[in-house]
Order: sequence, then C-alpha cells, then structure tokens
Amino acid sequence: MSDILDLTIAQLRDGFRKGDFSATEIATRYNEAVDASDALNAYLEKTPELALEAAKAADEAKAKASDSLKPLSGIPLGMKDLFATEGVTTSAGSKMLGNFKPPYESTVSANLKAAGAGMLGKLNMDEFAMGSSNETCAHGPVISPWRREGSNAAITPGGSSGGSAAAVAARIAPGATGTDTGGSIRQPAAFTGIAGIKPTYGRCSRWGIVSFASSLDQAGPMARTVRDCAIMLEAMAGFDPKDSTSIDAPVPQWEKGLSSDLKGKRVGIPREYRIDGTPAEIDALWEQGVEWLRDAGAEPVEISLPHTKYALPTYYIIAPAEASSNLARYDGVRYGLREKVEGGGLHDMYKATRSEGFGDEVKRRIMIGTYVLSAGFYDAYFTKAQKVRALIKQDFRKAFEQCDMILTPTAPSAAFGLGEKSDDPIAMYLNDVFAVPASLAGLPAMSVPGGVDKDGLPLGLHLIGNEMDEQSVLNAGLAIEERAPSIELPGKWW
Amino acid sequence: MSVTIEQVRHIANLARIHLSDEQAETLLPELNNILGWVEQLGEVDTDGVEPLATVIDQQMRLREDVINAIPETAGNRRDDVLSNAPEAQHGFFAVPKVIE
Amino acid sequence: MSDYRIKGQKGSYEVVIGLEVHAQVTSQAKLFSGAATAFGAEPNTQVSLVDAAMPGMLPVPNRECIRQAVRTGMAIDAQINKWSRFDRKNYFYADLPQGYQISQLYHPLVGEGEIEVAPDEKNPDATKTIGVERIHVEQDAGKLMHDQHPTMSYVDLNRCGVALMEIVSKPDMRSPAEAGAYLRKLRSILRYVGSCDGNMEEGSMRADVNVSVRLPGEELGTRTETKNVNSVRFVMQVIEHEAKRQVKAIESGEGVQQETRLFDVAKGVTRPLRSKEDAHDYRYFPDPDLLPLELDDAFLAECRESLPELPDAKLKRYEDLGITPYNAAVLTAEVETANWFDRLLDAGAEAKAASNWANSVLPGILNAKEIDFSDARNTPEASAAILKMVDDGDISKGQAKEVMELYLDEGGSPADIVEKHGMKQTSDTGAIEAEVDKVLAANADKVEQYKGGKQALFGFFVGQTMKAMRGQANPQVVNQILRAKLDG
Repeated sequence: MSDILDLTIAQLRDGFRKGDFSATEIATRYNEAVDASDALNAYLEKTPELALEAAKAADEAKAKASDSLKPLSGIPLGMKDLFATEGVTTSAGSKMLGNFKPPYESTVSANLKAAGAGMLGKLNMDEFAMGSSNETCAHGPVISPWRREGSNAAITPGGSSGGSAAAVAARIAPGATGTDTGGSIRQPAAFTGIAGIKPTYGRCSRWGIVSFASSLDQAGPMARTVRDCAIMLEAMAGFDPKDSTSIDAPVPQWEKGLSSDLKGKRVGIPREYRIDGTPAEIDALWEQGVEWLRDAGAEPVEISLPHTKYALPTYYIIAPAEASSNLARYDGVRYGLREKVEGGGLHDMYKATRSEGFGDEVKRRIMIGTYVLSAGFYDAYFTKAQKVRALIKQDFRKAFEQCDMILTPTAPSAAFGLGEKSDDPIAMYLNDVFAVPASLAGLPAMSVPGGVDKDGLPLGLHLIGNEMDEQSVLNAGLAIEERAPSIELPGKWW
Repeated sequence: MSVTIEQVRHIANLARIHLSDEQAETLLPELNNILGWVEQLGEVDTDGVEPLATVIDQQMRLREDVINAIPETAGNRRDDVLSNAPEAQHGFFAVPKVIE
Repeated sequence: MSDYRIKGQKGSYEVVIGLEVHAQVTSQAKLFSGAATAFGAEPNTQVSLVDAAMPGMLPVPNRECIRQAVRTGMAIDAQINKWSRFDRKNYFYADLPQGYQISQLYHPLVGEGEIEVAPDEKNPDATKTIGVERIHVEQDAGKLMHDQHPTMSYVDLNRCGVALMEIVSKPDMRSPAEAGAYLRKLRSILRYVGSCDGNMEEGSMRADVNVSVRLPGEELGTRTETKNVNSVRFVMQVIEHEAKRQVKAIESGEGVQQETRLFDVAKGVTRPLRSKEDAHDYRYFPDPDLLPLELDDAFLAECRESLPELPDAKLKRYEDLGITPYNAAVLTAEVETANWFDRLLDAGAEAKAASNWANSVLPGILNAKEIDFSDARNTPEASAAILKMVDDGDISKGQAKEVMELYLDEGGSPADIVEKHGMKQTSDTGAIEAEVDKVLAANADKVEQYKGGKQALFGFFVGQTMKAMRGQANPQVVNQILRAKLDG
C-alpha cells in the first residue's frame, strides 16, 4: 500500500470508506509528518488532538453505519491562520494578534468541521494576508519545499497563503484553506505546483475570516488536484446569513460535475496579458495551455480586456483603503497586543500598540490606504479607482459574451528566492499582475500546475470563469491537469 | 502629486501609527513611488462611469428584529467578549484614563 | 419671526441655530447584531462579537431599524431614498471598537423634510416651519466611565451598535424658544410614530447644538457645535450661553473658533472639548461589508400605512371639533394624552365638554390625589361615563368632580359610585313639584315678600327645595317649576 501522505483527498476519502485504512491512521500519519516539518515553518500552531478527534468521530461513524459518514469524514486539513478557530490561536501572521484565541469559529472552518474534516493546525501566512512571498509574516517566512535544481537557497512558497501552499506541496496536509484578495491562493499554488481556486466573490462566507480588503477577500481551497479542490470547495461554500455579501444561492455539486471534455466551449485568450518582459518560458507554457484546451475540445478565441494594465494600480488603491479601515480595530483595547506608554494616554497607547504590532508592509498599506481616503484625495484616488474597477468588470462582462473561460499564466515568473524582491514593493506587487483583474471583478479563478521552469520550479496556468461558473474553471483545470506533465514533487530535505 | 514629510507624519497620526524620523524618511520615497505608480489611472477616461463599490449583484438582505436570533452574533456572552482583553476590570475593558 | 437678539456694543446680533438630533431607534436588537438594546443592563452583557469588533465579524442590518427611520421620514413629509448606502466614518476612540462608525454620508436614507413648530406655547397658531436636511441611520458608540479608577477609564459596549437616527435640521432656528419648540415637536412626532421613546434622561434623544451669531444682513458667522446635550432646557441654555459668549468673543476681537464644545451642566456653561480629534478627517467611504440598501414599493407602502394620525393632523381635527387651539395643542403634545383623549371621544363624549374636562377638571383631581395621568384607574371610559351622566342630567357638573374623586378612591364604575352614594339627581317633575308646593306652603310669608318685589328670595326657594330633595333634584327643573309657580 502506498504512503497515506501520497494520496489525494479523493483517494483518502474513498480508501477510508473502503476500509483500506482508518481515519485515525490518516490523522496519525499526518500528525507525524507535521511534527517533522518545522524547517518549513508552515505551521504556526499544531492541533494533532483536533485531527485525531475528528478521525475518531469518523471511525466511530463508519463502525456504526457507513451512510452516516460526511463528505470529508476522515480527512485532516490545514487551516490558514486568517480563519478564526475557536480556542486555537489565530494570529493572522501578525504580532498584533499573537495571543488571540477567538471564542468563535469562522463559517468556512465550521463548515469544514461540519463536513467531517479534522484540523491539523494553523498555517503561516503573510501578515494580515498582505504579501506575495510570505516574508511579511511576524513569525518568520514559510520556506518552500521546492528548491532550484542544484541549489539549497531558500525559495518563497508565494503569498499570502504560503503556509497552505507549502503544506500541501510538502505532503504535510492533503489540502488546506487559503484566502485570496488579489491572488493569494493562486500565486502560491502556482509557485508550489498545486491547484487552488478562488470562487466567485460571495460564495464562501467571510464571517470569522480576519478581514484584509472586504470587497475582495474570498476563501478557497488549495489541494493537489482539481478534484480535491472541488471536494473541498463544496464543503466550504454556502450562503451565510451572518455575511451581508454572501451569495444566496445553492452550492453546486462541483465534483459530480467535473468533466474534462470541453467540446463546444470557447476559451478566451486575452491579448492584453502579453506583457513585455514576461519570461519566454511563461509565454511558452501559456501557448502549451491553449493547445491542451484545444485538445480537450475547446475552441480558443482571442479576446480583449482593455483595462488589464490598470488592474494592479486600481487594486493598490482599493485594497489598502479598505485595509486601513478594517485594521483600525487593532487598537489594544479589547484583544491582541497592547503597548502602554509610561504616563501616556489613550492615543499614546494606540500609536505604540499599532507601531509595535504591525509590520512594515502592513504599515505601508495602512499609510497608502489612509492617504487615498483622506480629505482632498478621496476622489482623485479612491473614487477614480472604483470607476476603473467598474470598467474592468465591464471588460470581463463583454469578454464572457465571446467565451466560456479565460486562460492566462498565473504569475509572471516562477517562485523567487527569499529576500530577492523584498526591497522593492512595486516589484513584489507585480507578482499579482495576472491574478488581480479577476479579484477586482469578483470572478472565480484557479491556478493549476502546468510545468516547470528552467530551474525545475513549478509554473501555473490560470483560468478565469464567469460569475458563479466555478464549474467551467474546474473542468478546464481538469483538462489541463490530465494533459500537463506530472510535476515531480520536491524531495524531502526538511 | 507628491507627498511631503509633513503629510507622511499627518497620515501616520490619522492612522495612529508612531513613526520615528528615520521611519518617516524611509516611508516617504516608498509612498511616493507607489502613489506615482497608481497615478497612471489618470490616463483612463472614466467620464460617466459609476464607481463600483461591490461586485455583488443582489439586494442587501435585512434581518428580522429578534434578539439573539443567531447564537454567533448574539449578546449575553460577556466572558467571551472580555476573554482576550489586555486589561478587564469589573466587567469593563480598561484603558488609560481619557480626559474629555 | 423671532425677534430674539443678543445685544452687543456694535449692534443686536441674530442667533442662527441648527440641531443634529440623535434619536435611538426603538428596536429589540441592535442595528447590525442580534444583541439586545434594553437600557440599564450590566456592563458588556449586551455585546455580541460583532459589537466588540472581533476580527472577521460582519454587520447584517436590522429591518426594523430601517423601517422606523423610513416611517419617521414619512412623518415629516421627507423625501425617502429608495436607494441608500452605508458609509464608514473612520476615527479612533475607546468607545468605538471598529475604529469606524457605520453611518450614511453620501446617500442617506431620508432626504429633505420639514417640521412645523409653535415657539410660543400660548399661541399655538403662530407657527414656523423648520427644515430638516436629512435623516440617516447609524451606530451608537459605547460608553466610557472615568470615575471608577484613578488612572483608567472603563469601557462599556452595551450601547455600542444600537441604531440611531441622526436628524439634521437646517440652520432655520433663531432663538432658544424656537429650538426648544423644534425639539419638543420632534420628540412628539417620534413618539407618535413609535420610532424613538424620546427618553432624554436615558439618552434616547440627544442633540448636537450648532450656534453662530451675526449682525443682521451679514454672512453666517463661525459656528460652534456643542455635543450631546440631553434635555430641551439644556439645549436652550447652551444656545443662550453660546450666543452671548460668541458676541463677546467677536467684539473683543478674539473671534469665534470653529470647534466642538461640551456643556457643563453644573456650571451652565460650554467649554471646548479637551481631547480634540486632530483636524477631523473621517475618511468616509462606502462600507465594503454591506451592499446598497434598496427599498421596494411594498416595504414603503407598509411603512406609510402603519403611520398613525400625527400631531398636526390631530390638532387640526380637534380644532375642527370646536376645541380651542390652546387646549388642542396641550392634548396633542404627548401621544399618550392624545390617544387617551381619542378614546374619550370614541366613547361618545362631546368634544368641547371632553376637552374642558381633560384639560381643566381632571388634571386638578389627579394632581390633588397625586395620581399619574397614565394610572390604570384613569380610564377614558370612566371619564366618558361621568360626562355622559352630566349630559343626561343625572348628576351636576359639580357632582362630576366628586364622582371622579370617589371613583378613583373606591374603584368600581362611576355609575356604581353614583348609585352607592345616592348622588343621582332627579328630573321627575311630579316629585319636584310636590316638594316645591310644600316649600311654598311652609313659607307663605316669604312668597308674599317675593311677589312684593324681593326677587333675591328666589335662591332661598331653590335652596329649600334642593335641601328637601337631599340635593338630588335637577336644579334646572327646580328652577323651571319655581318660576312657573312664583312668576306665572
């Protein structure tokens, strides 16, 4: 029998149901692997007892009657530290919330729990999900299990869901939750050779997820296969009356709907995504992706998304503006860090707390956000960005009159080394150039592994679907997955 | 538009972030770079375009006026509310004295 | 028009007043969370995770709060905006957990309306129309307590997230009396509508008072805003004090600072707020946790249909019934009184007699007995029964008061009281005539004197007859019979 760690979520589920292994065996095997993974710095908090508890419940349910099993019975998962987990430290990668133990459970993690999943622990991330390399985390960066061929240099797993991506790639979680505000699921998925989908904005409840930018934040699954993503997303998504931006629509059976036969489907290739300076191997992979989809029966059509170029600057006005307000609650009064100033008043405490509790990138974004909302600049920056956002959404609306899904690269490069880009904020922001437009338009989008670059590092292909049409994205992702060369997993060095 | 060091300090104060002189000097060019970069939006013709605040195309739901209808958003949980407080006394959050 | 002026050395200054009234919306649960709103609970017990702004908490609006604000808008003939939106007002304070207040700046729920006020209570027909700029819905903040600890302030979030209507007037008022009349009228309307209990002691209604002064014909002066004034009398005091202070400041050359001030109730003066927000920059922007608020026609129709008769309409109806403007104004000022009076009319009481009873007779009886108007015994039905007995000639007007007093003491029904105490007067002509005959026969000498011109003796005969009938004869009938027998 193969190692439990090598199995996908679907295989674990089915194997457990068939009786190949017990849920407790799965949890135990993963708990051991998690324990031995400290060099990756992926887990901030380990919860082996929670994984075992869910496993025990799954085993007992199975012993009683196998039809009492739930969709994720027997499956232990990793949880991004942005999801509030009751009684388990939820720091959002920040010193500000270093000791915060929520007395509540986020809707998404509660949904997973209700679906029978266990929790292996909390996964490291960029502070408050602001970052593309996991270097803004207060607890030190996650190290990717991947290395460039012939090098031992530490590589970024991407961000902000870097811990989730690294954990899935390193086989220390079969799947993990991520959140995506401007590419935070898709870019790290691409960097670590796994699959990850950000559903339509509103599919997953934001209740209990530490907010970064409310109009953009969306949870999604990260796993080794497209099927696993579909399984997880079905459990995570759903209407939540506690979230005013939750979509009141039934959750489709995405796994059942999976089909890599794309006959009659048109795949849009946006010409504006051909950006000067993109490495040739990225362009080549994109071409290859088009061919794979053609091979699956789809018809490629060239489309135009004229405002693509402006998506990133738009994002870097709207997201920091919302963040500057969302992060105002971290003031040292009710929870989290408090820095007192000897003889100082309330305002001194605020300033000391926030200066001490937030890292540089978070401060930078709060500063930008505060500035673009401030008197005299609001219209020039914020209102302008909201108008351009309207145009970007309109671009997609028009494009989807001509096609069923859109194919682009996920990121403009493979993963880079830790420290290589951390001095230049804009260079770092450019990582999300392909991911951000779908975020601004609230559309479902997915990264699937496509191949490797010259150094042997994974590259991802990016699929964008129309509103509420996760199925097309998943199906096209599956078609690519079936045709792409299987990516050799990184050898265990940790 | 270019930000001055005074503006950096003003913004930091609005955001309740303490900046040392050195930090302010470091942030100044960074902010100006970022702001200069986002100003390319000025090229886009947005005349007559309605600003987009949300991508959700549905009406806002209103909840019924029922106390503690959903346990997760109910009151009557003072211990939970205070459980993470840096300083709680007699059922209150305590903060450095405020003079109004 | 008001001729209220502040005299300075350079002339008589006109005072310009605008009020921003924060009225707590009557609802069971908070605006964006399920926690209760009741007053007086133990600290931080009516606080949800949403109100405490725990990470990842989200607002979901309460339909009733929106409904009440819409009904309030309709009650002042205001524009109701079918499309509105919530914005965040960003600032830091210990009573504001989110670091922002969810409010409505750019697209308020209710637009322009107006309220007619009568600044002179003695002259309710002399009215002035005060414009209302807007009504928007927003969250209340928590409460800070400074006296419990030498170096700490305590934070109670029970009020935090309770729905408020901010009702913003135009700067249309020119005197403390006008501002007082506006506040009283607004409070009356809110209580009629049922959208706010108007309880100023508990903070359900408080006003930010904007005051400036100018010489007639000049541009508007610099204004100050005195925050959170919680009674009509204090608002009037603030205006008077501020106006005088500003005139002094202008004439001394010092000038008026645009600033936020607090009212010191004990000293009766205003002073600048010490913990000044650095140059207000609230960075309003649409709350991305919420969607635009869109109201459909059915919702608006329900709001409109559920509105009661409002004070102005009621006042006019009472006047049309022949009630004096002053009495009508007194009767309609408080919704409880007005509803009581309507029940009195519904029970068949004649309007003018009922008004006289409710305004003059009844308050005297209740006051003497220290019984509250709202006391359960003081039913309009009891008053109606008494008024009907007077009308039917069963008891005299004088007896009516006595019946009410006995009824309040003893309970039962007014009819029982009359019965039990033998107070029913008789209009039986035969019985009265028999007694009259006896009285006249027994006093033949006086009859002679009367007929000889001593008209004053008429009262004596009436008295003797009433006495003989133990006060239960209908005096009108006694009079009639005596006249017939003596003068006929």
